[in-house]
This record gives sequence, structure tokens and C-alpha cells, in this order.
Amino acid sequence: MTTATLPFDARAAARAWRPPPLIESAWLRYAVYLGALLYLVAGLGSVEVNWVRAAEGLERGAQFLAAFFPPDFVTHWYEIEEGILESLTMTVVATVFGVILSVPFALGAARNIAPLPVYLFCRGVIAASRTFQEVLIAILFVAMFGFGPLAGMITLAFATIGFLGKLLAEDIEDIDASQAEAVRATGASWFQLLAWGIQPQVLPRFIGLTAYRFDINFRESAVLGLVGAGGIGDTLNSSLDRYEFGTSAAILLIIIAIVLACEYASGWIRRAVQ
Amino acid sequence: MPVITKADGTRLWARRTTAGDLATWFGWLLGVALTVVCFQFISEHTIWAFVWDAPRQAADLLERSVPPRWDYANQLWKPMWDTINIATLGTLLAILIAVPTAFLAAHNTTPSRALVRPIALFVIVASRSVNSLIWALILVIIFGPGMFAGILAIGLRSIGFIGKLLYEAIEEIDPTQVEAIRATGASGAQVLAWGIVPQIAPAFAGISVFRWDINIREATVLGLVGAGGIGLQLQASIGRLAWEQVSMILLLILATVIVSEWVSARVRHAII
Repeated sequence: MTTATLPFDARAAARAWRPPPLIESAWLRYAVYLGALLYLVAGLGSVEVNWVRAAEGLERGAQFLAAFFPPDFVTHWYEIEEGILESLTMTVVATVFGVILSVPFALGAARNIAPLPVYLFCRGVIAASRTFQEVLIAILFVAMFGFGPLAGMITLAFATIGFLGKLLAEDIEDIDASQAEAVRATGASWFQLLAWGIQPQVLPRFIGLTAYRFDINFRESAVLGLVGAGGIGDTLNSSLDRYEFGTSAAILLIIIAIVLACEYASGWIRRAVQ
Repeated sequence: MPVITKADGTRLWARRTTAGDLATWFGWLLGVALTVVCFQFISEHTIWAFVWDAPRQAADLLERSVPPRWDYANQLWKPMWDTINIATLGTLLAILIAVPTAFLAAHNTTPSRALVRPIALFVIVASRSVNSLIWALILVIIFGPGMFAGILAIGLRSIGFIGKLLYEAIEEIDPTQVEAIRATGASGAQVLAWGIVPQIAPAFAGISVFRWDINIREATVLGLVGAGGIGLQLQASIGRLAWEQVSMILLLILATVIVSEWVSARVRHAII
């Protein structure tokens, strides 16, 4: 028996099959490529870089980096301490209030337990809170409540409602309906349904999300000071304005340390409850 | 399950043991006490007279910002275009750096677990722990005010985000597919192109678009520290207490964010 053994032609094999392109129609594909290219040219063209200024700035950048060795914790320690305490207290209170307030909104925004008008209202509040960057909301609250950590606290609590409300509502919508049905079949009232049919199913994720939001709130509290809403951001900004890079470096290191501690702790809590 | 035996011998079921009950209550007590102490600290740093005045201030603010100054929009198109460019170019910059970093950080693709991986992880953590507004503050000092600082700020912050999610996606790939490609005699680059990239491509696209969407929001405030975009106009309008301009800017931001969220949802829906 003779089999015609053809030599393996690598080129032919490569020509034979190609992965299918992401966009099937060829002209649409090239139109997308061309559009992307045009945008890139237009976008890059709109960036004006003053290279002379940048060259000067690099020197300042070097000074800034040098300031990390060693950072200056001592000179403005009083301001740093105040700023950090403000940020931390803002974070704690905002997370607590935000979580307490987000629960009713989450319940209202879950389609399987809330009537339509309530649902629309709660979704509206959640969308409003999620649309704007925290700093923009802080500007409005500072205008209303005056400068200081209270405005920042209210901002973060409001942002927490949007974040937790949305995620918790989606969680409630995803629950196992048969368990809720079973509780309802015993003749349970609406509150009993919440307590025994829904709460046990969403609690672990709720705790995890709360820990995660605490972490986010601290990060955000570090910048709210830029618009006068209290916290470490104000201290950082004024140290940068005064070119006291040693103090700025110290503040940045403290922020990073606290963020890492928060992240580690929130990761640990999330793993523990899930 | 904790069971308490009473003096007369009847056994009672309980949710927790007595010690568990005490620990739980103590935990709640600690939490409430901490909140009260923190609130007291905030309260000491607050001028309450201003707070009680808030409803009046809010009404005043609303009155002055309605109706928005519609014709001001004509001066806003260019800054809004800048804002979108900052977000998009910043995201592209972040992708360029984050993708190699993610491959260096994932334990199954890193060239050296002892040396390269910790460095890549450090880059990701350092980028993530600094808010983009803080990056912008620093970069404005170095490069001067303008879009360039904004793009770099968005890029630097996004490296950590994209890098972290992408390296986690790389670590979760199915090793059998990689094994199969390697068994055909593929080189390292070919394994990467045919065994790993197809598995993470949908996740990568989703992550990038998601970050772009976030970056649009972030880019709207970068101007407050001088890093370009619509925040500059916002800063100027607030400085002059021109609230009818502020409300116009906020409306425009609202529209942009809604559109970007829609685009991002559509793209993610199409890919995943």
C-alpha cells in the first residue's frame, strides 16, 4: 500500500485557515480602522505640549522625587494629622450613614419587591448619585453647607447610596425566588419576607460591598479637600502650592499606606464572608 | 448549634452562645461608639450656623442656576471635546503600559516570579492607590497646566486598574488550551498569540471600555486643578459665582456621561 506522502507545506497550511476577523464585513472593518486613525490624529492634534515648560518642569519633577528621600513628616505634622483625621472620620461616618440610607433605596430599586412608582423614584436617585464625579457633588454641598468635613461627609454618603443602592438592588433582583416564595407561603408579612426570605441571601455580599465602599470612600476623601470639603487633600494641595515637596511626599506616603491597609482589610473581610 | 440547658433541665435552642451574643453586642457597641466619636470630630470642625442655613442656601443656589445659560454652551464644545480626548487618549496610554505590565505580573506568564513579578505588582499598586486628581496635581506642577498633564494623570491612574483586572484574567485562563498550543511546537510568542490572547481578549475589551467610561467622569473634574478639559470652565464659573453657567456645564456633563455609559454598555454587551 502506498500513500502519497506530501511534504508538509507550512505556507499553504498558514494560508488555509485564518482566525475570523472581529468585524465580518470588510468595508465596515476598514471604516472603523480609518475612523479610529482619524480620531487619533485629531485627538493628538488637540494636545498642545509646551516642551520648554515641560523641560523646566522635569527639573521640578526631579526635586519632587528627591523629596521622597527622606519625606518630611515633621514640619507640618499638625496639619497632616488634622487632615488625616478629617479624612478618616469623614470616611467612617459617611460609610455608616451611606449604608443605612442605601438599604431603603436598594429595596425600592429592586423590581421584584417594589411597586413601579417607588422603583422609578429610587432608580432616579441612584442614577443621579452615580452620574457625577464625587468632586462635582462636593462643590454643590460645599456651597450649601459651607466649608469643612461635613460637606465632604454628606458627599461621600450620597455617593455611597448610588453605589451600594445599585449593586444591592441588582443582588436582590438576582435572589433565589423560591426561598422568598416559601417564606411568603407561610403567611409572612412584607417585613418578615425581608428578614427571612431576602436578607439571609444578600447579607454576605452586602457586607463585602460595604467593606469595598469604605475603601473607595477613603480614596475619595483624599481629594475632596481640593474643593474645600475637608480632609487631607487640602493639606496636600497647599503643600504643593508652597513647593514644600517633602511634606507632599509624606502625605502621599501616608495616603498610600492607609489605602493599602483599607484594601487589604476590605479584601480580607470580603473573602471571610463570601 | 448552641443549646442552653436551663436549671430545670429543659433545653433551649439559641442562635448564638452567650459568649457569641456578648461578642456581637460588643462589636455593635464598638461600631456605634466609633461612629459617634468620628461624628463628634466632624461636628467640631463644622460651623453649624452655615449648616442650619443650608435649605436657604440650596433654594438660593437653585434659583440662581435655573434656567441654565443656554448660549454658554457654545463656549463649552471645545472644552468638552478636550475632556473626551483626555479620557480616551489617557485610556489608550494606560492600555499601552498596562498590558505588558499585566503579563509581567500574572504568575503564569511572568518571566521571573522572584524579581519581575513583584516590580510589576508594585507598579500596579502604586498607580491604583493614588487618585487621578492627585496625579493631576503633581503632573500640573511638572508639565504645567493643560491637557497633557490631564492625559498623563488619567493614564497613570488607569494603569493600575486595567493592569490589576487584566492580570487576574490572565491568571484565570484555561491552562489546557495553552498546553495544547505548546504541544504543537509553538514558540513562546505563538503560545501567547494563540493560547492566551484569545482567552483574555473579551475580558480585556470589557475592562478597557469600562475604564474609559470611568475616565470620562474623572476627566470632567481634572480641570479644577488645571489639567485641562471642562473642569477649567467649571472652576472659572464657580469662582465668579455664575451658577447659571455651572448648571449648564453640569447638564452637558450629564449628557456626556449618559452617552458614554450607553456606548460602554453597548460595546461590553456586544463583546461578552
